[in-house]
Formats: sequence, C-alpha cells, structure tokens
Amino acid sequence: MKAIGLITVFSLGMALFYATIDFPPWADPQSPASLHVSPHYIQETMKETDVSNVVTSVLADYRGFDTMFETSVIFTAGIAVILILRKYSKKEDEKFLPEVSEEAEPDIIIQTVTRIIVPFIQLFALYVIAHGHHSPGGGFQGGVILGASFILLAISFNLKAMLRRISERKDILLGGIGLLIYSGIGALCVLLGANFLNYKVLHLIIPEASQVEARSYGILGVEIGVAIAVMAIMIAIYANLSSDGKYDKGL
Amino acid sequence: MIWQFDLIILALVVISAIAAITIKDLLSAGVILGAYSFLMCLLWTEMGAVDVAFTEASVGAGVSTVFMIAAVYKTTRRTKD
Amino acid sequence: MELILAKYNYWIYVFLMMIGFYAMIVKNNLVKKIIGMSIFQTAIILFYVSIGAKKGATIPIIEHHAHSGAIDPAHYINPLPHVLMLTAIVVSVSTLGVALALILKIYHQYGTVEEDEILEQIQ
Repeated sequence: MKAIGLITVFSLGMALFYATIDFPPWADPQSPASLHVSPHYIQETMKETDVSNVVTSVLADYRGFDTMFETSVIFTAGIAVILILRKYSKKEDEKFLPEVSEEAEPDIIIQTVTRIIVPFIQLFALYVIAHGHHSPGGGFQGGVILGASFILLAISFNLKAMLRRISERKDILLGGIGLLIYSGIGALCVLLGANFLNYKVLHLIIPEASQVEARSYGILGVEIGVAIAVMAIMIAIYANLSSDGKYDKGL
Repeated sequence: MIWQFDLIILALVVISAIAAITIKDLLSAGVILGAYSFLMCLLWTEMGAVDVAFTEASVGAGVSTVFMIAAVYKTTRRTKD
Repeated sequence: MELILAKYNYWIYVFLMMIGFYAMIVKNNLVKKIIGMSIFQTAIILFYVSIGAKKGATIPIIEHHAHSGAIDPAHYINPLPHVLMLTAIVVSVSTLGVALALILKIYHQYGTVEEDEILEQIQ
C-alpha cells in the first residue's frame, strides 16, 4: 500500500515539475494572468465604486455572484454539520464514548481575562467589517473574528455560558438572516429596475448618494450579511463538534 | 519581496507540514497544523496578498485549529502512524 | 541557474502538494487524512496566489491621492487570485467542519478512527 502510494505521489509530482517549465517566471509582471482582466479592476475601482481596496470591490461588486454562492456553501456546510451530529433525545445511545471524559477545573484568571477581552475582540471585528473598504478586511474575516469571540467564551467558561448569550435557535436564524441580507440587496436592485446585484440603482433609495457612492454602500451591506452568516455558522459548527451534538457542557 | 525571507519561510512551511503528518499524537498534529497556517499567513503577507493573509490568520490558524482540537478531544488522541 | 531562480517557488509548492497527497492516500488514520487534505488545499491556494504576484509592485490598495492621474496596473499586485482564494479559504474551513463531524460519527459507531480497523469491523 505504502509503495503504491509513493509511486502515485512521485509520478504526479514529476508530471507537475515537468509542467512548471512552461510557466512564466515567478512574480513576472508580464505574466498572462496579470494582463487581461485585472488592469481594468485596478484602474477603474476608484472611479466606479469609490472603494480603494481592490480586493473588496472585486469580491462584493464585480464578482458578487461568486461570493453569494460561496456564502451559501458555508451556510449549507453548517446545516450539514447540524444534520450529521445534532441529537435531540437525552438518552445515551452511543456505543463508544470519548477517551478523555473528566472536566477541567474552571480557572479564575482565564475567566476574568476572557470577560475583559471579549468586548474588545468584538469591537475589533466590527472595525474589520466596516473598514474593509480602505484596509485589509471585510465580511469573511470580521465574521470569523466575531465567531471566535463567542468560541473563546465557550472554551473558557462552558458551552452553556455561550448559549445564554446566543441560543441555538437564534444562531441558526442569524445564519439565514445573513444570507437573506445578501440576496435581499440583490433582489432590491432587481425591484429598482436593474440587474441582480447591480448596486448602482440603490442611489434611488439612499438619500444624497450618487451612483458611485451607492455602489460603495451596497458593498458595505453585502459585507454585513456575509459577516452575520459566517459568524453564525462558525458558532454552530463549534457547538456541535465540541458537545457531540448534545449542546450540554462542551469541552 | 525579499528572497531571503521567502526561502526561510518556505523551508519552515515544508518542515511543519512534514511534522504534522508524521507525529504520532493527533492533538500535537492539530497544533502543528495551526503553526503551519501561521507560517503560510507570513508567506502571503510577504507576497503582498494582505487580505488572503488576514483570512488565513483568522480562519486557518484560529478557528480550524479549534475545530480540530475539539474533534480530537471528543474522539481519541492515539494513532498508529 | 536562471531556471532555478525563476522557478524554485513553484517547485516547493509542488513538493508541499506531494506531502499532502501522500498523507491523503497512505496514512491510516482519518484525522491524518484530513490534515493531509488541509495541506493539499493550502498548497493549491498558495500556487494560485503566487500567480498574481508581481516584482516591484505594492499591495492592491489604491492610494487615495493617486487617482487624480492615471493608475499604472504594473504598480499594484493582481487582485483577482486573492479574491478567488479568500473565499476558498473560508469554504475550506467549513468543509473541515463537515469532515470532522463525519469522523465523530464514525468514532461513535466503531470506536476507532483507524481505517483498517473500521474495514475489519465492516466485514
């Protein structure tokens, strides 16, 4: 088995090594990938969307469909984890239990530090979401940091402490709401008479906004939707994995 | 980009990848995978892909390590290879 | 020599991918297979991001005062691979979650995460 695996890996590796000879030199400004679509994005992003971070404008505006379906993939993965693991009956029907079963003693230093630091983590996450137009960041990163603050709460106290802040029902609902915000902004554009996810027409309902600024606002709305969905799904996956789907005490 | 940094980080990435798949304890393997993700994040920062690096630092090194450790804690640490 | 200087990055990416692929097909433990899949994914993402790299260019955030004149695309790194791979990383963590959920389920059923022991119990 090991020999067959090694031969397979080695032959695939050799084929790829051979293929690299045809590649353009590494970090070549004249490589074909950098010559066709991306110069338009780099040159026009300030004029067309008023967003200086090109990655954000391409992510949420020029390639909005891509991001919308990536968000729905994440949502589907969260639902899949819940369907696989979640148990609603109280009785123990498992044949094999985890090897480590004793509970760790709660530590007062860790709990106090967590209580102090969680609001700052969440504030930073909101900054990352809102400032994604002008600096690295955006919906995905901010959403994951927001989710991580709740996960930190669940690790240092226990899962019950996290579920008091954000219950299971509320969490799944938030995941759906995030996706709905994204597709709802797209549908709003259709209602106002343009293509799906063409934020230009939003200037009709945002007061004192030009068409370019409307695109910037549309990107912000979409990022908020992504952040809410990602946060909810990260919390749901962690809660299911750490409690075997029983939502009792967690790790 | 500075090729000295590039070479050092690439060497560390390869070492941590090999360590993650050869170590005989799944909890350590999960933690080394987190270290691998942080080195990958450094590599992307050095390459100029700041958004990708930010995502990797929060997702790959943060949350996926937590998932891995939660799953290992709920099953078993021992492994034969 | 010139070939090595221009291509050594690609060769290391291929080597990383080989490590991940080896772990995926040879390792007996399911968690090790997932770790191999993770390494495989990051190697491919690394390759995609490196396509967009440009020598002598800066990060793809346009300077606020620069847009009065024409913007030269050669001064900014190609942002398109970054966008595609940013979403791929977040999707990879959710697939990792699904894979680990399946491993938990398998452990409850068979009491082990070793592939050969599971195959013995099935037969």
